[in-house]
Amino acid sequence: MSIQDAGGASELATLPGHDAGEPVEAAKVIQGRSPWRLAYERLRRDRAAVVSAAVILIIVACAIGAPVFAAITGHGVNEQFRHNGLSVEGFPVAPGSHFLLGTDDQGRDLLVRIAYGARPSLLVGVVTSAITVTFGAIMGLMAGYFGRVVDTVISRIIDVTLSIPFLLFAVALAAVSGGGSLWLVIVVLSIFGWSSVARIVRGQVFSIREREYIEAARSLGASPWRIMFIDIVPNVIAQVIVYASLLIPLSIVAEATLSYLTIGVQPPTADWGAMIASSQAVYTVAWWDLVFPGVALLITTLAFNIFGDGVRDAFDPRADRLFV
Amino acid sequence: MARFLVRRILQGLLVIWLVTIAAFLLFALDPSGPDSVARRIGGRSATPAQLHRIIEDLGLREHIWNQYWHFLVGGVPGRHGLIRGDLGHDYYYGIPVTHVLKTAAPVTLSLAVGAAVLWLLMGLASGVLSAVRPRSFLDRFFTSIALFFYSLPTFVLGLLLLLIFYFDLTTKAHLHWFPAAGYVDLTKNPAQWAHHLLLPWLTLAVVSAAAYTRLARSSMLDVLGEDYIRTARAKGLSERRVVLRHGLRAALTPIVTQFGIDVAVLIGGAVVTETVFSLHGLGYEAVQAINNQDLPVIIGIVIVASVAVVVANIVVDIFYAILDPRVRLN
Repeated sequence: MSIQDAGGASELATLPGHDAGEPVEAAKVIQGRSPWRLAYERLRRDRAAVVSAAVILIIVACAIGAPVFAAITGHGVNEQFRHNGLSVEGFPVAPGSHFLLGTDDQGRDLLVRIAYGARPSLLVGVVTSAITVTFGAIMGLMAGYFGRVVDTVISRIIDVTLSIPFLLFAVALAAVSGGGSLWLVIVVLSIFGWSSVARIVRGQVFSIREREYIEAARSLGASPWRIMFIDIVPNVIAQVIVYASLLIPLSIVAEATLSYLTIGVQPPTADWGAMIASSQAVYTVAWWDLVFPGVALLITTLAFNIFGDGVRDAFDPRADRLFV
Repeated sequence: MARFLVRRILQGLLVIWLVTIAAFLLFALDPSGPDSVARRIGGRSATPAQLHRIIEDLGLREHIWNQYWHFLVGGVPGRHGLIRGDLGHDYYYGIPVTHVLKTAAPVTLSLAVGAAVLWLLMGLASGVLSAVRPRSFLDRFFTSIALFFYSLPTFVLGLLLLLIFYFDLTTKAHLHWFPAAGYVDLTKNPAQWAHHLLLPWLTLAVVSAAAYTRLARSSMLDVLGEDYIRTARAKGLSERRVVLRHGLRAALTPIVTQFGIDVAVLIGGAVVTETVFSLHGLGYEAVQAINNQDLPVIIGIVIVASVAVVVANIVVDIFYAILDPRVRLN
């Protein structure tokens, strides 16, 4: 399905005749629709985006319903099964009827831990994107609108955050603050994430600022804040939303990476990145300890990436679709 | 050009200076810093007097701005300051930080440059082929592969490659195709150097190439829709010439920008890849130094990393002007 099939053009073409049998439907189509409505409808017709949205919902359900997995299997998330969860040599048990996805190096049920592991991933993905995008957009807005000193200061700060090796700073912050945590991950990712958003918004605002309607607002005596939030924000928000949706999978990967480097969630909390890190001790004899959390991570980021691409196409029908 | 360079270099120095301050302040935040550093150096059996001596010798209790001043311009015995190219000494072995950087940098550089060449070739080729025939089978194939690897975290791919190509092949199938982790110097044995770096290169290159396929494809699609491409075709130029000479040249600008930044960030330390394959490059050393609270080494690596980014930004802007005649550097 190409974007032309999903976009506004084809809807115009179906206006006369096609829906003649259902005049009510036709009347609905003629109604003026906001860009939001149009974007939503394009998104809804994008098969890949709908499927990925469903996958995301399933993952969210797994995260929320993780205790259900524990209840059904009867295996607690941090419960160690020393007698039947580890082999005689002390190695993890392969996937089977008792442990559906096998056990990890501590003899814990991998399935239950993977379900619980969705929680930090999703939490960090969504919260970080929200903070990053909001803060970045406000900074970009101020830099772009006020210009001069404000712009210079914000631009230098952006340069500095973009030149600092983010992983090194994350490791350093963890060392200084005495160990990693979920909140540290969110803080680090937000500190280094906002600058890209700010750069994009700043560029946009620079050109919007010179438009006639902004001049009109100013001549009517509107305050800078009113102009920024009432007149400019609606023109940049679509781009910001697109960026936010593509930022979620990036944040999830970053969270897993930080946890892999032992800066994120601390044991025994279940986390995909941390599970992969601890699988390194046993994965030559227990491939499932590496592969299953890896696959869980991959499915999540893949679903968010496909959905993000769908959101981008929905807001910008000009952009050629990357993925079918 | 000269004015542009001077302005950008001054701006770059300002950024690097701010980065060093940020790194210093970060460690000033830790109130237990001096004690734990002294304890690490002195070991368990160190007496309080010895610990006190270590703290005094390293100047750890001094005000943070005094420490920063000594770091910047020297002024205490044995320190010449950053402005004379002295980065101080490693806390634990007393090795000059410049020496630590000199040993680690070739590892990271080999890894980054090799991977960068690979991923640029893979990304450009697949992106251009996709863009030339959008919606064809080849396009769908490349874009799906790209999406897959774009979503795959580097460390997962690295560990999987290690598991399949090293452990399974070597220990189970007894095929010694790939060596274990480690680094062989280029000047000692170029063949072994490449052989040891093959899996790390692949890991980094495949993950990064995915982003470049996407970037190259969309950039190329934009350009191929331009009027001058139609003109070039109308003149009767071969399709090959239209795509490569007229199309690719214009499509390269956003790719060059991204490439410059990505390579620069890697030169500052490919932390994840180096950790997975235990390569003792800048990223690996940095993580070790951070865990040991070895401030001089950390600052040294942070400076290298930010210099790389600053230089890359300037080089990218110059390339911009070469690729796109409409861009003027001033």
